[in-house]
Amino acid sequence: MPETIGFLKPRQAVLDRRREIVADLADLLPEGGLVSDERGLKPFETDAFIAYRRMPLAVVLPETTEQVAAVLKYCSRYGIPIVPRGAGTSLSGGAIPQEDAIVVGLSKMSRILDIDLFNRTATVQAGVTNLNISDAVSADGFFYAPDPSSQLACTIGGNIGMNSGGAHCLKYGVTTNNLLGVKMVLFDGTVIELGGKALDAPGYDLLGLVCGSEGQLGIVTEATVRLIAKPEGARPVLFGFASSESGGSCVADIIGSGIIPVAIEFMDKPAIEICEAFAQAGYPLDVEALLIVEVEGSEAEMDATLAGIIEIARRHGVMTIKESQSALEAALIWKGRKSAFGATGRIADYICMDGTVPLSQLSHVLRRTGEIVAGYGLRVANVFHAGDGNMHPLILYNINDPEEAARAEAAGNDILKLCVEAGGCLTGEHGVGIEKRDLMLYQYSRADLGQQMAARAAFDPQWLMNPSKVFPLEGRPAA
Amino acid sequence: MIVHFEPASEEGIASVVRSAAAERVTLAVVGGGTRAGLGNPVRADRTLSTRRLSGIVTYDPAEMTMSALAGTPLAEVEAALHAKGQMLAFEPMDHRPLLATTGEPTIAGVFAANVSGPRRYVAGAARDSLLGVRFVNGRGELIKAGGRVMKNVTGLDLVKLLAGSYGTLGILTEVTFKVLPLPPAAATVVVSGLNDAEAAAVMAEAMAQPVEVSGASQLPESVRSRFLDGALPDGAATVLRLEGLAASVAIRAEKLGEKLSRFGRISQLDEAQTRILWAEIRDVKPYADGTRRPLWRISVAPSAGHQLVAALRLQTGVDAFYDWQGGLVWLRMEADPEAELLRRYIGAVGGGHATLLRADEEARGRIPAFEPESPAVAQLSERIRAQFDPSGIFNPGRVAASVRN
Repeated sequence: MPETIGFLKPRQAVLDRRREIVADLADLLPEGGLVSDERGLKPFETDAFIAYRRMPLAVVLPETTEQVAAVLKYCSRYGIPIVPRGAGTSLSGGAIPQEDAIVVGLSKMSRILDIDLFNRTATVQAGVTNLNISDAVSADGFFYAPDPSSQLACTIGGNIGMNSGGAHCLKYGVTTNNLLGVKMVLFDGTVIELGGKALDAPGYDLLGLVCGSEGQLGIVTEATVRLIAKPEGARPVLFGFASSESGGSCVADIIGSGIIPVAIEFMDKPAIEICEAFAQAGYPLDVEALLIVEVEGSEAEMDATLAGIIEIARRHGVMTIKESQSALEAALIWKGRKSAFGATGRIADYICMDGTVPLSQLSHVLRRTGEIVAGYGLRVANVFHAGDGNMHPLILYNINDPEEAARAEAAGNDILKLCVEAGGCLTGEHGVGIEKRDLMLYQYSRADLGQQMAARAAFDPQWLMNPSKVFPLEGRPAA
Repeated sequence: MIVHFEPASEEGIASVVRSAAAERVTLAVVGGGTRAGLGNPVRADRTLSTRRLSGIVTYDPAEMTMSALAGTPLAEVEAALHAKGQMLAFEPMDHRPLLATTGEPTIAGVFAANVSGPRRYVAGAARDSLLGVRFVNGRGELIKAGGRVMKNVTGLDLVKLLAGSYGTLGILTEVTFKVLPLPPAAATVVVSGLNDAEAAAVMAEAMAQPVEVSGASQLPESVRSRFLDGALPDGAATVLRLEGLAASVAIRAEKLGEKLSRFGRISQLDEAQTRILWAEIRDVKPYADGTRRPLWRISVAPSAGHQLVAALRLQTGVDAFYDWQGGLVWLRMEADPEAELLRRYIGAVGGGHATLLRADEEARGRIPAFEPESPAVAQLSERIRAQFDPSGIFNPGRVAASVRN
């Protein structure tokens, strides 16, 4: 497809020194820690935002914080851009390299360093997967709360980079609310530690700034996260509605009534059909919209909470209510939801939007989204975290049809503008990356962005860290 | 306190700041002034108050968010929330009794100092509830960051940076924050007679149960009688709060009591007592004694709090009680603040930080209130400060690593 999103022009001085740079980096890393041949680099040329790709100059796979520091120190001396990478599951292109960049992949730093059940913390290397943390403490009755759908693959380092969310964030918060500390390497190789096992840290909240900074402020190599006691029980319940609007307004009423379930997920008819075909989760196929509402606690607590939710759903004309009857059924319900993007990918290429809107705007934005996409002659499937207003319209298109791809991108931009106009934001959990970079001025003024870039400059005055991302290429300060 | 500038609009604040920056006139930034004693003493040419920038801008209970101008009294915010059955989940403490200040705390003051109470362990700190801010930076530019939705990763999270920055990065003009439903019922399970080390283990055990403890505090015998007018049972009190639907609270309290009965005598406080007790814990009642005796707020890993206090006891006269499962230590020194000793011992028990919350003028003039940061982090913080307030006009000295005389 024709590329509408630009990258920074590669630094010729860096490209010219490619051979030397590769040789120098080899000295800084252990055997197997450097990838520089074309075939080896190929898997690193894009992430889950597959419409764009760039071959990096080289990929390094360090095993220690010291090796990361050595690479960054070297690269800062020679003005070589750095692109950090976890598992490469970014939906916004956050891990897509550029021709003059060194990709620092954290996949080899995958050790769990400390599990402290007394203080309910886990300290892990950045390449540990999200699910590995929960798995490591599950037998003891704990879990790590943020649960992005890619949790099987995505790394905690990537989660911190994007401040990842997930279905269960409605109750437990996103990554930034569950992160206690990091060890990180700054652009010049300086290693710093922020936070720790205490609940707060002195000074400015640099940890809060680093979380969600998309690899622009440095590379996190270790993280300390909070663990939470698992609830006694959890029960997802399916609520089917005759229209997306009634499903959407039911969500707003549940939250407005003071009931906060652990999760409220929304699927429209196209999404239900796609996910049911993939997971056979028992989703009703005769409804236009489906809510997955999860409650937790003891049996009595779940019954009491559900009774309140059912009453509200009835007021919105719910057509079917189906409680999971077993752990297996519950697992299938979640499998269907969490495979939504993958399952969609089996039937079409898609662009996934991630705007968040105030709950009162949910029905309106859903309706307008449908109209916008139809206006471009395309189809959309909606599957998202309704409880916190974080929408994920999947715009279906054919990546091999350049004209259709361009229409999909245009529809996506219109939807994001709609989200901002409705009082929301461009991205709730996937990050800006390259995907939404040029839309930042919809949401922020030049002065707002200028202040963000100034904060960035305090960490990376040379703009070497993931430089093509987040901020529009126009209007940047001189590095 | 003499207030020189009291603008009634954002633009008014921006205009004062622009002139001040041009003339290098330093500004002490205040809201209600009730937390003016936090941090190092500020020496500024002029005082700017946000008090007249007041009022709730939007409040939609169904959205669970509120926007308010900076100088809105906290009491006004809480009254509006309570009228709709909602609350600030992070339970901001009232510093007035402890610091012997008067006046009305403002909503922006709460966020500028990231003031959080006992529920912090499960509901997050003030910074976790803050969704969006508008502020005037040191160039006099009006900046907005964040928004009014629960999930937002659009750009760098300046909201977190402004929270807890004590007015040194910008002057907050409007804050938007998340609120939660008031729990319909609450109860407290009390385990009596535990020493601090035993209590730490019991609190850890309680927090590991699927009963959703929303407050875990150890009140040693030395302070126990200062709470609830002495109504807590004899002996140190390890108190565990449960909140939620009435039926659920009762069941969970039962379960938790059973689980912990092998550790000590179990009793329960009803809802009314629970509300009073946790407000007293939040406001550090035992040490709100009208004196200037040195008081430290110490944040360490929960397992380390009692170890720190035990080690200090061998060296000097201290009294302490604990919140946040033992990780938040309120520590009163009998005489000298002993900053060096304390900060060395914090390092020895695994790290954390100590803030000198109260002391006499002499001690405040020589001891930095906040824990000094590592050199690399301190440099980074200094660079950030320079990017927000290049002329260094906001609250000079307040967060400095050394106290300038």
